[in-house]
Amino acid sequence: MSSATGPDAFTGATPDNAIRDADRAGKSGGAMLAADGTPLKASLAKSLRAQKLRALALIAPLLIFIMVTFIAPIADMLFRSVENDIVSQTLPRTVVELDRWDGEGVPDEQTFRALGADLMVASELKNHTRLGSRLNYETTGVSSLFRQTGRDVDDLGEIYADQFIDLNEAWEEPSTWMSLMADPAWIENHEAWAAQEDEDETPEPRFRVSPTAQQALPRTARLFSQFATIIQTEDEDSPTEEEPWNIVYQALYEDLTGGYDAGAYGGDIQALLANAAEAAASFEQMNVRDFFVEEIDEDWADPQVWGTIEAFSSPYTAGYFLSAIDMQLTPQGIEAQPEDQQIYMLLFQRTMFMSMTIMISCILLGYPIAFLLSNLPLRTSNLLLILVLLPFWTSLLVRTSAWKVLLQQQGVINDILVWIGLVADGNRLELINNQTGTIIAMTHILLPFMILPLYSVMKTIPPHYVRAAKSLGATNWTAFWRVYFPQSIPGIGAGSILVFILSIGYYITPEIVGGTTGTFISNRIAYHISTSLNWGLAAALGSILLAFVLLLYYLYDRIVGIDNVSLG
Amino acid sequence: MKLKSTLLTSAALCIATGAFAEQHAEMTESPVAGEPMSDEMTIVSWGGAYQESQLKAYVEPYLEMNPDVNITWDESSAEAVAQLRAMNEANNLTWDLVDVTAADAMRLCDEGIAMEVDIDEIAAPAPDGTPASEDFGEDMLVADCFIPQIAYSYTFGYRTDVDEWNGETPSEICDIFDTETFPGQRALERRPHNNLEWALICDGVAMDDVYDVLETDEGVDRALAKLDEIKDDTVWWTSGADTPQLLADGEVVFGSTYNGRLFSLIEEQDQPVEMMWDAQSYDLDGWIIPAGLEDEQLNRVKDFLWFATDTQRLADQAKYISYGPARASSAPMVGEHAELGIDMAPHMPTNPENATNAFVQNYEWWADYRDDLDARFQAWLSQ
Repeated sequence: MSSATGPDAFTGATPDNAIRDADRAGKSGGAMLAADGTPLKASLAKSLRAQKLRALALIAPLLIFIMVTFIAPIADMLFRSVENDIVSQTLPRTVVELDRWDGEGVPDEQTFRALGADLMVASELKNHTRLGSRLNYETTGVSSLFRQTGRDVDDLGEIYADQFIDLNEAWEEPSTWMSLMADPAWIENHEAWAAQEDEDETPEPRFRVSPTAQQALPRTARLFSQFATIIQTEDEDSPTEEEPWNIVYQALYEDLTGGYDAGAYGGDIQALLANAAEAAASFEQMNVRDFFVEEIDEDWADPQVWGTIEAFSSPYTAGYFLSAIDMQLTPQGIEAQPEDQQIYMLLFQRTMFMSMTIMISCILLGYPIAFLLSNLPLRTSNLLLILVLLPFWTSLLVRTSAWKVLLQQQGVINDILVWIGLVADGNRLELINNQTGTIIAMTHILLPFMILPLYSVMKTIPPHYVRAAKSLGATNWTAFWRVYFPQSIPGIGAGSILVFILSIGYYITPEIVGGTTGTFISNRIAYHISTSLNWGLAAALGSILLAFVLLLYYLYDRIVGIDNVSLG
Repeated sequence: MKLKSTLLTSAALCIATGAFAEQHAEMTESPVAGEPMSDEMTIVSWGGAYQESQLKAYVEPYLEMNPDVNITWDESSAEAVAQLRAMNEANNLTWDLVDVTAADAMRLCDEGIAMEVDIDEIAAPAPDGTPASEDFGEDMLVADCFIPQIAYSYTFGYRTDVDEWNGETPSEICDIFDTETFPGQRALERRPHNNLEWALICDGVAMDDVYDVLETDEGVDRALAKLDEIKDDTVWWTSGADTPQLLADGEVVFGSTYNGRLFSLIEEQDQPVEMMWDAQSYDLDGWIIPAGLEDEQLNRVKDFLWFATDTQRLADQAKYISYGPARASSAPMVGEHAELGIDMAPHMPTNPENATNAFVQNYEWWADYRDDLDARFQAWLSQ
């Protein structure tokens, strides 16, 4: 990768030099002009741009392919490590109300009403359990709390529904609600749609709530419009035929008793509302907070649950990254995880340490082999090279399982050691299900990645350099160490980077032979991807790992110099 | 412990009526018969002996009745939850029917990825007319999306040729912790499930109180302290095939795994290993339908499920693998192993003799505590 090409190395008429000349000429006074009279600089820049565009067009297919299949998915996955809009989207009313909560004790009745409305909508959309699993990552027990609440929440407001209907049976009729809530324009559309012959062909027009209702009965209008939308989209029914949820009646009660202005409507509806508003003042009431705490689950009185909702109500969170470094975001602020749950820092350290160890053992084992290969006659070395490559053609799982057979306590290696008397039968070596197992198996698996770059670099080292050194009086060792070895360093560099970066991300081999002390951070990432479904945390762990690798690469470049890396 | 008692009564019934009577129940037509159906269906299962049992017991018979249908298998059940979630997010569903454990079904249901079903519309009534919901029973129907198939259990196998044991054989769960009488390596699963329960039971907690105790920090400490006693003597497994291999190689003398794996180790591979059924932990496996299938696709799945989960088919499955059918009405029809010709009833985890001291995993509890306990458990393992 030595760069002797590059435009700067050329003298004479290259486009870049011409631009530079033109530039200099421009600075020293009169602008140099091209044949057509435009300044030479501009016309050159134009032709150069055309060339660059052509080059870009040539690599475009590959670039697009990489963007779409590699960079975009990774960026999307990493973005999950901060994304957290599920709370504010599922509980929009509650999040607003919680602003008033001081973090002490149980929130007030109004907050619980907002929660009731949010959870009713969420449970119809079947979002509440998803939110529950999200918050359960932060506070144990929230998952079943939300699941349980989703089952009971449709009882909320039943008492008001009954009283409204007792007052006037018209409240049971979907048509009453339509004339109260629907936008007149929508009603027209709907009638036109209903008059069609083939109703089934086109879908019912999406419900629109009337501005009058939004003005006069804001809570009811918001909830009813969600009700109507869900009826249309989820249940594929028509809001013109369904009685609203119980909680809509509760919202109506709240609107009517909370400063309702009767002037907005006219005719029958006004009379109906006025009558209802009058009666509602003496309705039997229901305390939503008590309903939640006493009927559904006493955990709703737990400030911890509310604190978690509040702490995670913003659309972006540092929570996953904090978890990834054994911290946690609590209602009281950022604090360390309990000591007995701290594992990630340990795993990061272990991953780094073991990858280093594997890299070093690959260098120690691979260097002599590569040296031998590059100094043998071509026929022999090709044959041996096939042996080096053989593991590449065998499945990773097969190789790892073979190590299991070899390394286990009743395995081949221990049997031989016992047989020749090196090890006592009752005291067999523990070579697997620990760090030793992972290091042995991974060194074997990654060894070709060290040997191949070393071999291709060593092949290019002219043998007469060493001979010259020896003829000038160097010993074998000096000739090797002072002359040969420095020339092979680019191969070590390339091999080390390959082996180290590959081993950092390994997870199948450590999973199979690593036991409890030989597993990597990637095993934990896999757990969060496939078992706990905590993709946010997996993404945070992945981002940290990626940042680590980039940092090491940068340090490597500063210390060794990336120009000193060669694949041959 | 209602699951246990339902299973027990049905199993007892099977002995009373003679287990071998192969009744061919009248098949009822599925409710979607006659409606347009897709001829392609992708079924996701676990591969191996279990998938083979599904193939023999109901997929092949179904294909005989519907020769136009083409079924594709995908052996991805182990990663089904993550894959379904990815498909759901990408809005590109390629699976039609997925075999998962009850705990996964619950998670998929919570995430809105699996379709909620009314079991009486999906599964045929028992031959005597009992609706499916009663035939399966409440304890089997752990999630609104879950269509149960089999009950299996986590239980222990031990080698019968250990000289150091001086002729003693382990008979109860706490022998796992007794390294004096039963020296040697043990194999336990590398996750908290079951291990914590067993540890507490052997620390003197009554089976019914286990989850209440585990809910407290002290309870978890207690369980881990109990496990500390054997930590140095334990190999931790991650895949169901590990324990049978470790037992066969003599790497461990004791090991927990799925009872079906031990059955094949003992009966099919004839290894010197015995079952220890004490304190076996029941788990369930069944189908879920991914949410968002096209109508024609869904009709095909419903038509298949109506057949595949009926009483006779579930009983047939037990001929190929030693897992208990999820329907009470299937238990009396469990017969002999299809190839070995041995009576399968004594090998069922639900057999009364095996089930004297069994417990059912509390899925809802684990759904809440899984992540915390897993972190603690892994941290404990790393120490």
